[in-house]
Amino acid sequence: MKLFEYIGKEIFSSFGITVPRGKMVTSPEEAAQVAAEIGGTVVVKSQVLAGKRGKGGGIKFASGAEEAREAAASILAITVQGHKVEKLLVEEKIQIDKELYVAITIDGSAKKPVIIASSQGGMDIEDVPDEHIVKCHVDVTVGVYPYLGREIARRMGLTGKQAANFAKLLPLLYKCFKDKDAELVEINPLVISGDILIAADSKFTVDDDALYRQKDVPYVEDRTSIEKQAHDLGLAFVELGGNIAVMANGAGMSMGSLDTLVHYGGSPANFLDAGGGTGMEGTAKALELLLQTNPRVIFINIFGGITRCDDVANALIQVKKTREIPVPVVIRLVGTNEQEGVKILNDNGIEAYKVMQEAAAKAVEIANAE
Amino acid sequence: MAIIIDENTRLIVQGITGNQGRFHTTQMLAYGTQVVGGVSPGKGGQEVEGVPVYDSAFAAVEAQNANASVLFIPSPFAKDAAFEAISAGIKVLVIVTEHIPVHDEMEIVEYASRNGTTIVGPNTFGIVSSGKCKIGIPPNQFFIEGPIGVVARSGTLTYEIVGNLTANGMGQSTVVGLGGDRVVGLSFVDVLEKFEHDPQTKAVVLVGEIGGNAEEMASLFIKDMTKPVVAYIAGKSAPPGKRMGHAGAIIERGKGTFNAKVEALQAAGARIATLPFEVPDLLREVIG
Repeated sequence: MKLFEYIGKEIFSSFGITVPRGKMVTSPEEAAQVAAEIGGTVVVKSQVLAGKRGKGGGIKFASGAEEAREAAASILAITVQGHKVEKLLVEEKIQIDKELYVAITIDGSAKKPVIIASSQGGMDIEDVPDEHIVKCHVDVTVGVYPYLGREIARRMGLTGKQAANFAKLLPLLYKCFKDKDAELVEINPLVISGDILIAADSKFTVDDDALYRQKDVPYVEDRTSIEKQAHDLGLAFVELGGNIAVMANGAGMSMGSLDTLVHYGGSPANFLDAGGGTGMEGTAKALELLLQTNPRVIFINIFGGITRCDDVANALIQVKKTREIPVPVVIRLVGTNEQEGVKILNDNGIEAYKVMQEAAAKAVEIANAE
Repeated sequence: MAIIIDENTRLIVQGITGNQGRFHTTQMLAYGTQVVGGVSPGKGGQEVEGVPVYDSAFAAVEAQNANASVLFIPSPFAKDAAFEAISAGIKVLVIVTEHIPVHDEMEIVEYASRNGTTIVGPNTFGIVSSGKCKIGIPPNQFFIEGPIGVVARSGTLTYEIVGNLTANGMGQSTVVGLGGDRVVGLSFVDVLEKFEHDPQTKAVVLVGEIGGNAEEMASLFIKDMTKPVVAYIAGKSAPPGKRMGHAGAIIERGKGTFNAKVEALQAAGARIATLPFEVPDLLREVIG
């Protein structure tokens, strides 16, 4: 789950990391009020889950309450990188002497957290040349102590108070990363303002699988309504916009099904991993979701391991009984309890395919028919 | 031969009294796996399918000289159970559980590596040394003994491919599921290295997917392998920025794309199957 900048900053602040004075607002009036409280020049920043907000007009400077009101009104009226702006962060404009970059994320191939730092902050880290990037893995049984901050500061070319402050900041950032089950904490830019280091932005992603133990992190919705419904049912679902609704069990199999459909000239409406061991009820709900994508055909591809073919067959029959399925269903069904499943389908006049590519080709043929 | 597990593997099942634990204990016994004990705190002394249940992994290992374990434990408790198994001296730990927090996974993998325990998973279907031992959840009937090593990130897709192999009379030495999460115990390279040294294995099938750089790392090793490799990468049609079910299967900032992986593998000499069912034909070409 990605967090808005202002939530990330609130968390940073609660861990002792300095952030600009500011407040989240949702209206021009509030923006004016906060600007008056802060005084001087403020920056009004759109709160959307996307980068490069400045380029889309999503960040504006304002002197005083009136300008802040206008800036807020104009930003609230636009979409930034395809996201509608509903929240703004109004905060003090800080003095920038130099911009650094620091992030902690997970390196899957090393199986460890990795600290990424650079003396060239303020731009996308992907655009920073390798020789200006410092990378350092973390031993999770040790954690991050100030010595590591001093060493990384040295490799970044920081000296004196700035180096000392960086060494102080890094263990706080790691604590934040670990305690909040983050997949990513990123400060870009980390601003040197005099001798102080200020987190002028935040990117913060919390591990979805750990949300059950991160109850105090505010929930941020980043899914389409149908994706949200799927999530609530425990299904992995992604909208793809085509006309063949797809259900398979297992993420790899779901991807393989999409690839096969595309290979035969089809256009999938969605990715849907019905999961392993999805019972009858789950399968029935998944089918309901598929119908919402308004497909021309439904393609079901099941290789039963934990999932039992008879459960899938029964679910399909059940849905057919309770509501009309207005489009053809092409189903491929093999694996655990295959004979039972196929018999249930046949008894109800539905043909089951044994071979994935034959079923996929059939689904494409139906979808592409005039 | 075979890799990681064989007919001498002595398995305990942690979480044996739950629905999944019970069901798959039956299945594993039917396959011929030596399931020597189960663990379920507070239920020691019971039996499941004739398998004795113990209160702790320590007790099970002590009584049964077990050397492998499989977890059917809900994700919030998986770290505790994994630490217990490693601490009790288990050498191969298969973690089927999905949705384990990634910070827990990093700790499990680290602790295992310090204790010389091989972790298969998390979020894996398991591992099968065909004809000898199955640990995990794949359907029994598709796994027959033979010369093909299979290593994969994803479960059902592996069944699809192994099913195709078996239908074409091609048995498997060992089939390894690395797991679909971003942090897992084994890498492609770890497993390829074992297949390269396994006398039973004559060729290897690698089943990858978009996201991460595991396939690119694998290609560096494949370059120097003597045994032929056939690869299938899932997710050719996946849009960037969308997580395709697995935590690891996401194209971020233009990295982990299908094309990059296929190019790296091809340059290393691997044959690429465009679709899963092409794998047996390609294998026939490379092993004659």
